[in-house]
Amino acid sequence: MINTLIGDIGHASVIVAFVAAIVSSYAYFMASRSKAEATGDDSWRKLARGAFYVHGAAVLMVVFSLFNIIYEHRYEYYYAWSHSSNHLPVHYMISCFWEGQEGSFLLWIFWHVALGVVLINAGKKNKVWEAPVMAMFSFVQLFLTSMILGIVIGDLKIGSSPFILMRDFMTDAPVFAMDPNFVPQDGTGLNPLLQNYWMVIHPPTLFLGFAATLVPFAFAMAGLWKGKFTEWVKPALPWALFAGVILGIGTMMGAYWAYETLNFGGYWNWDPVENAVYIPWLVLIGAIHTMVAYRRGKQGLKASYILVIASFILILYATFLTRSGILGNASVHSFTDLGLSGQLFAYLAAFALMALALLVYRWKSIPTTEKELSTYNGEFWVFIGAAVLCLAGFQVLVTTSIPVYNSFLGFIGIESNAALPADQIEHYTKFQLWAGVGIAILTGIGQLLWWNKGENTKKTFLDAITIPGMLTLLFASLVIVLSKMGMLSETIDNPVYITLLVAALFAVFANLSIILNLLHRKVALSGGAVSHIGIALMLLGILFSSGYSNIISQNTSGMVYSREFPDDINRDNVLLWRNTPVEMDKYTVSYHGQYQEVKGVPEYVDRELLFPTSDEYKAIARGDIKAGDKVYFQTGDTLELESPENTYYQVQYKEREGDKEFTLYPRAQVNPNMGLLASPDIKHFIDKDLYSHVSSVPDPNEEKDWGDLMEFEVSAGDTIILNDYVAVFNGIERIEKVPGVEMAQGDVAVQADLKIMGERKNYHAHPVLMIKDQMLGRVPEEVADLGLRITFLNIDTENNRFKIGVNATQKDYIILKAMEKPFVNILWIGTIVMSIGFVMAIVRRNKEGGSNKKPATTPKPKRKVQAA
Amino acid sequence: MKKSHIIGIVVIALAIGIIMSSAGDASTYVSFGEAIERAEEGNNTKVHVVGRLKKDAQGHIVGMNYDPLIDPNYFSFTLVDTNRVEQQVVYFNPKPQDFERSEQVVITGNMQNNVFVADKILLKCPSKYVEKEIQQNTASL
Repeated sequence: MINTLIGDIGHASVIVAFVAAIVSSYAYFMASRSKAEATGDDSWRKLARGAFYVHGAAVLMVVFSLFNIIYEHRYEYYYAWSHSSNHLPVHYMISCFWEGQEGSFLLWIFWHVALGVVLINAGKKNKVWEAPVMAMFSFVQLFLTSMILGIVIGDLKIGSSPFILMRDFMTDAPVFAMDPNFVPQDGTGLNPLLQNYWMVIHPPTLFLGFAATLVPFAFAMAGLWKGKFTEWVKPALPWALFAGVILGIGTMMGAYWAYETLNFGGYWNWDPVENAVYIPWLVLIGAIHTMVAYRRGKQGLKASYILVIASFILILYATFLTRSGILGNASVHSFTDLGLSGQLFAYLAAFALMALALLVYRWKSIPTTEKELSTYNGEFWVFIGAAVLCLAGFQVLVTTSIPVYNSFLGFIGIESNAALPADQIEHYTKFQLWAGVGIAILTGIGQLLWWNKGENTKKTFLDAITIPGMLTLLFASLVIVLSKMGMLSETIDNPVYITLLVAALFAVFANLSIILNLLHRKVALSGGAVSHIGIALMLLGILFSSGYSNIISQNTSGMVYSREFPDDINRDNVLLWRNTPVEMDKYTVSYHGQYQEVKGVPEYVDRELLFPTSDEYKAIARGDIKAGDKVYFQTGDTLELESPENTYYQVQYKEREGDKEFTLYPRAQVNPNMGLLASPDIKHFIDKDLYSHVSSVPDPNEEKDWGDLMEFEVSAGDTIILNDYVAVFNGIERIEKVPGVEMAQGDVAVQADLKIMGERKNYHAHPVLMIKDQMLGRVPEEVADLGLRITFLNIDTENNRFKIGVNATQKDYIILKAMEKPFVNILWIGTIVMSIGFVMAIVRRNKEGGSNKKPATTPKPKRKVQAA
Repeated sequence: MKKSHIIGIVVIALAIGIIMSSAGDASTYVSFGEAIERAEEGNNTKVHVVGRLKKDAQGHIVGMNYDPLIDPNYFSFTLVDTNRVEQQVVYFNPKPQDFERSEQVVITGNMQNNVFVADKILLKCPSKYVEKEIQQNTASL
């Protein structure tokens, strides 16, 4: 039965939220006027606040309705049908919520509401900011809610509603013409690549980061608007830091997800969707630096305005890029185009023009100092650092926008066929690597000068830099020498990489010396130094894991298809026959069969033990299901499969010298919509990760090509040769149960018992012959390891002879790619260290923001985060 | 001259440098004809070519060759570009699994020894959200 109520509630709530956002932004605007502030009339403010709370409640209602549709499997709604399915566990239902564009807008809207409520309540003591800041918030909400409004006025479609019914979405589908109340039984499911725990927390984190960039922007705009040109920096700074850390963590979560789930062999692919977050993050980090420098030295206010505004506008630009469909061929994973590009462009343009106009109008009024910064001044180097960050962002922006230039030129009638660089990694690396070097060195120099006591001169600077500098050179030489001696798995001799290594080590030691110094004074101040160390570690991790990534699955079989090409072409994939070991780097690698996940069993279960049933989510055990020594299920039990579409390929690695061995289970599924989806399995060592994924498997949907039937007549105890394998026929026995067959009165089943000696172990095959409903039936048994199918053909009861038939097929195989990623752990550790530093800085800046002491009287040394 | 001015000039110079280098690195969408011309001129920069797979009258793909048992890292196929020019393409990687279903193929690479050597293949597959599929999914009801 179609439940239209929940959708109507949801849709009505969207409209309420939209209208309340209009009321709230107008009322906050009225409350911000100087007249209203001067008279102390807060009726407008009360109205605005009320409207914002109504808006918030309506948004919660929308969230509830949409989640209910997914949770209750209401497939009459297009959103549930296209993003969910019956077998999805609850935590992935949460991912369904934001798989679609509408849901992810909703997530973003929700975070704005949450931050807005925090701001309203935090600003109670300090009422000057609430009205103008929240006016900006409500105005943003107005645009965002319009994206999911789903209202059609004439030819104009405003927004795309997540509450659209299937029959309204697919008006042409004949099934709805026959029966308008038709409800599909199951949904089409969540994209299998998104069925990963990171996809449950990565999107909300990232969108919280998106939402948080609005706060400093709103403060900056409020400052310009109300003529409080300098005061906005203090309350905005902790929020900018908050946005910076959340956006940074969110991005790295995405990187880790890509590393674990996708198979391009890394954590970063320079895909436009990734770049779209990286660019605003860099600019935001730049903004944080200029704001910190301004708080201390009263310089860099204009730069802070520009960068804070730019970071928010770039977030909007990122949204426009990934959601408007403009990327087209350039990206593999942008959202599907919902026809919102006009609306998205309006959103971007409205805020970009508003911010620009206000900034230009007020430019002359923004106070500046004419004082020249000395080279031995910390702030000076902070500004240089911010400039490097922005330039790094600019490079990525210029290239990522290439599809936009094409569209724009096409729009004004010029044909353009520019494409993204053919080798994106090389293109970005040649600048980003040097930006990383610059940032690493600047964090060191900047920090040392910033914290130097007394007057900064050449002498004091040299004093401060001596020890970190010496340690850097010492440690760098040690690493290089060790690598030359072969103590590390790779030799470091590329001068560019050595430069980055030295720069990053310098950043670590210089910032470490700051922390040691601050231990005597006030540790709480060292947030900047801590996060700089984090960044330096991340740079080191990237340097080793990407710069020295090593493919170990080189094809050394000597078999190549054609020799028309020189040998320098990488042949990075190896064919592994089932149970036939191949030597790879220092390992002997062998593939041992296909496994599946079974509910209630901690290990993967061999597919040969699973007898399929008509329900693909259920199987019958053909033998005892064991993990270690414990038996979890017994023969004949019905098992529930976790995800029948996923196959895990057991690949065993064994060191040739030494006896370490481990087993990896790279996963693959052949998806009807998306082809082969392969996810790696990763073995983590302290100093490296070993990363393996299948790149091709025999198509499981293709019927196997069985050879001609060979027949054998045997008696109990006979030995026969089956396709090169020795087999012993042990006899037959009567069985009561045949897996998957309903036995009735009078039905008889017997099974033959054959023992086959394989290369690694012996196999028992039990083909079944039965008489069911007076008909002869046969259940052949397949020994996939050996590529054999054995059928029990007939019994000659008079002579006690039995007829066995055997077909052979090509053995199972996989094509595997394996690589080593040295020291990738340093990247993840660096991310955590960076986040800790950010949190320390937020705590400190928040305290400062709360107290009304004038910091100018005692310019306490302070400092913040840098990033790459 | 103030220091900030010098820095400003340096930043602007670097920004211009970035734009120039991006323009230099940017690839272009070309036809096979142009890719061959480039190769003959000794220009081996990598280009993008958009095309469709060659099919016979029955809609079967022709000229496709992948035998992992012989060489898992060799895949070749025939692509027809927008000017209807056919060209053999070689890809030194396993065959993308959903290759046959693609409507449109974008390849990146250059001409070498009369074949186009691709180092990237981007497939445009029919959208997941085609309406026809609901019938299949619901036929059993």
